Amino acid sequence: MSANHDGANLLEVRGLTKIFGTLTACDHVDLNIAKGEIHALLGENGAGKSTLVKMLFGSLEPNSGEIFWNGQAVRIANPGFAKKLGIGMVFQHFSLFEALTAAENIALSLDDGSPISTIAAKARALSYSYGLPLDPESLVGDLSVGERQRIEIIRCLLQTPQLIILDEPTSVLTPQEADKLFETLERLRSEGKSILYISHRLEEVKRICDRATVLRHGKVVGHCNPREQTAASLARMMVGNEVKAVVRAPADGIETAQPLLEIRALSRKPATPFSIPLKNINLTVRAGEVIGIAGVAGNGQGEFFETVSGEVLQQDAASVRIRGKDAGGLGITGRRLMGAAFVPEERLGHGAAPSMKLSENLLLSRHATDGKVFVGASGMVKSEAIYGAAQRIIKAMDVRKSAPDPEAAALSGGNLQKFIVGRELDRRPGVMVVNQPTWGVDAGAAAHIRQALIELARSGSAVLVISQDLDELFEISDSIAVMHNGELSKPLPIAQATFEKIGLLMGGAEPGHAEHILETA
Amino acid sequence: MDITVNILLTIATAATPLLIAAIGELVVERSGVLNLGVEGMMIMGAVGGFGAGYLTGSPWIGLLAAIALGALFSLLFAVMTLSLATNQVATGLSLTLLGLGLSGMMGTSFVGQPGQRLPNLDIPGLTSIPVVGRLLFGQDPIFYISIALTAAVMWFLFKTRTGLTLRSIGDSHTSAHALGIQVIRYRYLAVIFGGACAGLAGGHLSLVYTPQWVENMTAGRGWIALALVVFASWRPWRVLAGAYIFGAVWIGQLHAQAFGIPVPSQLLSSLPYLATVVVLVLISRNKRLTMMNTPASLGQPFVPDR
Repeated sequence: MSANHDGANLLEVRGLTKIFGTLTACDHVDLNIAKGEIHALLGENGAGKSTLVKMLFGSLEPNSGEIFWNGQAVRIANPGFAKKLGIGMVFQHFSLFEALTAAENIALSLDDGSPISTIAAKARALSYSYGLPLDPESLVGDLSVGERQRIEIIRCLLQTPQLIILDEPTSVLTPQEADKLFETLERLRSEGKSILYISHRLEEVKRICDRATVLRHGKVVGHCNPREQTAASLARMMVGNEVKAVVRAPADGIETAQPLLEIRALSRKPATPFSIPLKNINLTVRAGEVIGIAGVAGNGQGEFFETVSGEVLQQDAASVRIRGKDAGGLGITGRRLMGAAFVPEERLGHGAAPSMKLSENLLLSRHATDGKVFVGASGMVKSEAIYGAAQRIIKAMDVRKSAPDPEAAALSGGNLQKFIVGRELDRRPGVMVVNQPTWGVDAGAAAHIRQALIELARSGSAVLVISQDLDELFEISDSIAVMHNGELSKPLPIAQATFEKIGLLMGGAEPGHAEHILETA
Repeated sequence: MDITVNILLTIATAATPLLIAAIGELVVERSGVLNLGVEGMMIMGAVGGFGAGYLTGSPWIGLLAAIALGALFSLLFAVMTLSLATNQVATGLSLTLLGLGLSGMMGTSFVGQPGQRLPNLDIPGLTSIPVVGRLLFGQDPIFYISIALTAAVMWFLFKTRTGLTLRSIGDSHTSAHALGIQVIRYRYLAVIFGGACAGLAGGHLSLVYTPQWVENMTAGRGWIALALVVFASWRPWRVLAGAYIFGAVWIGQLHAQAFGIPVPSQLLSSLPYLATVVVLVLISRNKRLTMMNTPASLGQPFVPDR
């Protein structure tokens, strides 16, 4: 066990274990958090970070192990008790209520029973003092993701916690918003508060964290000072071996290549009060190129994907053109028949039917395009052909599974994503549109998917990738466009794109302003 | 003048059971639980209320029995859907079927027996005021309870912290759980409150409306109450408006039929349903407000991971 820095530990965890069925999510985890430090908890998706944190916050009960708070053994039975101890949590998937106001959301987590107006005033004052301005009267459903996170942070701070747990806080922020968050965290540290910072972004961990605990497959594989490590050495600790770097061959002559996917003056009214309208979107994806769409979550990416994939039809058939033909009036099958392929954001329930086998899921998305191969003349399904194709995809994408043809829900997120992307790649589609290709996927699988997307483009297809992960977009895109509040900026060639420029566009800088930055850069 | 007062009084009597049952179900649904067993709980209240009143000779004991039986019956639903996480729709439907059958069995010996009726309010000096006296001070006690209940539920849901917590659970039970709110406990209490209200509404039928026991005497009122909650977009005052519109058109068409207006009686009988839906749809046309008031986690079972 690593030595304490200075003084007593605020939180000490010894041998914490959590077992779900046959999976040991946390295996004898040890962790010490000193007073006034920012402690990083590193690990890939599925390494057990969230499970560990849920046990610390009382939403999961450990099978064995001990937790000491200020030296006293404690049993954290529920989140209410965690709050009483002085543990506050800022959730990754926000635990906010969309139909309530910010003040009501904050009031719900405070137990003092003071009227909402008092809480609203306190929240407003605190938010301004930390430079995170907040309007307590606003409805959460109307707020951006960054603003929602502010509510979470203010709500957490109002409980005057000694330990603040932040779960992947920057995954939904623009780089500039993240900088602001880091300032807040440093100020909290200077006030003597401890912070447990969960992330898989190594650069920011190196920047703000004092110590790090690295988890892999539920076990602690090391404690270290991230400032003394390189991003590569931290990655090696997290993954366990070297991650193959993605290679992006130069794309020559894209400017004159044939446009395969064209979006012309695409607009869409909001379908629900909380969804984003799309405003006059124009985009051309040519044969051979990968275009990335960056943006903070909830700026219309989901709505955009639905209109491009044909889940929502357009009035103007010419607003979406695939391989030179109008496709706006066609549904998803019609667009697939024109040579397009789509991978939606949610794997289970949208990309795949959870309780159906992989081969059946394959048939579901390709019965129209591969009708002759998979379905006989009399309408009978050719099980062997489908099974064979499923096995081909499983092999090509290196999908790890426990049975020859398991149900989709039985696969881990990363492996299912490899299968879903592979299912579309296997068709060699002329146009490929992917929303969040590697969300929640471990580094090895993510590299595999990214490389496959680049290779598809270089073989003459047009690839459009919507992602919140800027690192990913910089890795695979030839140009990056930014979606903000339902509007899409002009694509910026990768050679001219920087984190700063893209970040400003993500935060809503005027396109004209961004071009000005472009010129002066 | 007297006719007008009488008509208004019958409208109130027709609307009261709908209002009480719907207000109870509104609280249940605001907590994110869909209990389709309103009809079943209501008929249990009706048979329990009549039976206890008949056997003890006191309509007040009948009233308490109606409330208790409705609550007890809803507890069955709560245990099934909340503790055992069964499907709420299927469980609610079977609760209705069970209630209709069970009440018929319990009530075989009550058929044709004279029942107890809750006395109307009679305040000397006030009730005898012409016109308004009987409307304001001369109705049955459950009428006053129904109005007070609506006001109390409105105040509870939108002015108290506990009400806010209940609404938050209906919006997202996972978020509420993450905050340390005892989701299941709140839902139990909400479901039992809804059951007590449905029982009271049933008691109104057999202790005020028609003080006798007739098998299946709720005659679909539980379903109307359920529909009212949805069409009123989960807002108490709209439930009140809906219940009274339904009651008014119901009584109106009865009179119309009695006068022999040359319109098919089937059409007239369908008018209350039609009018209620049309009016409530019109007042709920603000889509944004409706979305905000719709409990997002309605009908989803909640199983916290441990």
